[in-house]
Amino acid sequence: MRELFPMKQVNGFIFSLLLTIIALSVYFMDMSFELGMTILLVTAFVQAAVQLVLFMHAGESEDKSSIYTTVFYGVVIALATVFGSLLAMIWGYL
Amino acid sequence: MEFFERFAVPHPSPLIYASMVAIGLTVIAIMAGITYFKKWGYLWREWLTTVDHKKIGIMYIISALLMLFRGGADAVMMRLQTAVPENSFLDAQHYNEVFTTHGIVMIIFMAMAFIIGLMNFAVPLQIGARDVAFPRLNAISFWLYFAGAMLFNISFVIGGSPDAGWTNYYPLASNDFSTSVGVNYYNWALQISGIGTLMTGINFIVTILKMRAPGMKLMKMPMFTWSALITNIIIVFAFPVLTIALLMGTFDRQFATHFFTTGDGGMDMMWANLFWVWGHPEVYILILPAFGIYSEVISTFSRRNLYGYKSMVASMVIISLLSFFVWVHHFFTMGQDALTNSIFSVTTMAIAIPTGIKIFNWLLTMWKGKIEFTVPMLYSVAFIPLFTIGGVTGVMLGMASADYQYHNTMFLVAHFHNVIIPGVVFAMLAGLTYWWPKMFGFKLNERIGKWGFWNLTIGFCLAFFPMYITGLDGQARRMYTYSEATGFGPLNMLSFLGAGIMAIGFIFIVYNVYYSFRYAPRNVGDDPWNARSLEWATHNPVPEYNFAITPQVNSSQAFWDSKKHGHQLFNKDDLKEIHMPNNSGLPIIMAGLFFVFGFSFVFYIWPGVILSGIGILACMAYRSFEKDDGYHISIKEIKETEDKFGGAK
Ligand code: HEM
Ligand SMILES: [Cu+2]
Repeated sequence: MRELFPMKQVNGFIFSLLLTIIALSVYFMDMSFELGMTILLVTAFVQAAVQLVLFMHAGESEDKSSIYTTVFYGVVIALATVFGSLLAMIWGYL
Repeated sequence: MEFFERFAVPHPSPLIYASMVAIGLTVIAIMAGITYFKKWGYLWREWLTTVDHKKIGIMYIISALLMLFRGGADAVMMRLQTAVPENSFLDAQHYNEVFTTHGIVMIIFMAMAFIIGLMNFAVPLQIGARDVAFPRLNAISFWLYFAGAMLFNISFVIGGSPDAGWTNYYPLASNDFSTSVGVNYYNWALQISGIGTLMTGINFIVTILKMRAPGMKLMKMPMFTWSALITNIIIVFAFPVLTIALLMGTFDRQFATHFFTTGDGGMDMMWANLFWVWGHPEVYILILPAFGIYSEVISTFSRRNLYGYKSMVASMVIISLLSFFVWVHHFFTMGQDALTNSIFSVTTMAIAIPTGIKIFNWLLTMWKGKIEFTVPMLYSVAFIPLFTIGGVTGVMLGMASADYQYHNTMFLVAHFHNVIIPGVVFAMLAGLTYWWPKMFGFKLNERIGKWGFWNLTIGFCLAFFPMYITGLDGQARRMYTYSEATGFGPLNMLSFLGAGIMAIGFIFIVYNVYYSFRYAPRNVGDDPWNARSLEWATHNPVPEYNFAITPQVNSSQAFWDSKKHGHQLFNKDDLKEIHMPNNSGLPIIMAGLFFVFGFSFVFYIWPGVILSGIGILACMAYRSFEKDDGYHISIKEIKETEDKFGGAK
């Protein structure tokens, strides 16, 4: 019975609900813009990781190394694009 | 009547009316011709509904050549206009439209189609596969590209062409400054063909990763396949940025949002930023397959294996990553501070290093080789010095402080033509000539091909080298005319002559197709160039299933090993029934609906948008419920086909 029960997924589900509640608290609680944004960003990325690994089974197939490589490559490019754009469009004029 | 007024061209001229008539007559003539020769059924069965990667590749290449002539006509018109000072052949508005469409047609509809066409034809053969991973998707990709290309090309006779440059910068491209529907065409044509390109990217990554013949490890793939893999990875990461930027532009123009406006919280330069986030990777999407082709051609005709295989692969992997870190070099002059510019200056210089490594590898491949100067080899040999000049001027432009001097002058125009023509166009022509016998079963005539080559090369040097000088002297790009006192006249005349010589070169190439089709000998055998990689191991022209028996691979030049070192490619016992995908009319129908969708959107015809949108969704729903298991070719049929080709391989 123990082997059949998807403990990891259930825990992941509870965890992702928790993340949602934390994110939601930004709306209901009174806090500064910066703090609110930080909470939203952090919970969003953790949430995405949980979904990818636990519910889209990123780490469970044979080609898991190529899946993680692609994700990593995508994240690097996305970060470069976002921060590069900020640099060229906003920070570069301060 | 009011309804039809929107389709009128805002700046008509006799030239445009003449083109309308010419287009109308050509369409009628083609339709009548096909009907007269009763070829509709054949066209529909064999080409329009095909999912065969070889035929799709050939259709891409034919479309690319058509677009080459459209873009070439634009080019000659521009050079004619600027050949002498104060010329009035084109007015400012027409000149704007012509350089805009020239850029887009050449980059998106010519060069992209050409590389994707050659990839389609060669990659599955090089890895010993029967087709790409998703043949139906592949057909959709092609037809979406074709729909986008046609949408873009009708703009100059219906409603007016885009005129804000191929870079389409805001606020110039906004409704305030571009009042015709031209920029709507730009948005929708690129959007539709871009979706096709994105799907091609996914399709080829899967094909190359999952469908290689047994024994072909990643590091045993032919170099062209490697370049295709890297290119498609860049496509998958770069094109979504264009998709979103175009969508934001569409919303700004058609739904009054404020993404790229100068006021109301918009950021006009954000478009330029996003455009180049896609745009710089895009130039590497174009050049990497070209590098792949040169690698194949140079090693074949030097009769040596490619020097530095591993460093070739490594340099492409590095390029694929670095190409996403340099885009700001396209707008060093926008006003950001020196630190920002320096960062991107350094990354730009860094990308020249892996490119340089490749140049040395090609030189060392030829070193001590037995070089045979066939037409593909001539293009490759000319590419090396000419491309190096383009690279060096690129590094000059990459120095941010110096770029304040060069930016938006003819020097820049000379730079990118100097990398794109000897880099991409020569590679496409080399690849086409090289793989031609595989496509059609005969070689193109070498003598006429060499005439074409020399005209193109000499014409290229005459047309573009003078621009380096006038650019440094201060001639700005995209100016429709200049005064006598500037002294730009003679060098511009030289450019015009060069463009004319290039046009003659292309005429030689077309004539060569006609001549060879009629007179070339058909008994060239399966391996006319004495080549090295797997695509030459099957018959000429290739049977629909590519290889009767799945080949066994032991190195990046398995075919050469089988010829020289007794490697056994085909094990006769492996002959099995072959499973093939069915043809389908759905892709072309869907692309037709996309065309209607785009066209209606351009002109704000909402009923058309809604109906074609529903049609597209209906096609997708139909596909989801469709049961299509393909068909099987029995062993008996395979044997019969193989015997027709002169014995099983
Ligand atoms: C060594 C490699 C290269 C370097 C360092 C380089 C650098 C640059 C720089 C700095 C610019 C912007 C200049 C300005 O706007 O003032 C530029 C423009 C351009 N480059 Fe390159 N480049 C290189 C290779 C290539 C290649 C391989 C291609 C295409 C196959 C290419 C295509 C273009 C195009 C199309 C533009 C300008 C487009 C426009 O503004 O309309 N470049 N290059
Ligand atoms: Cu660039």
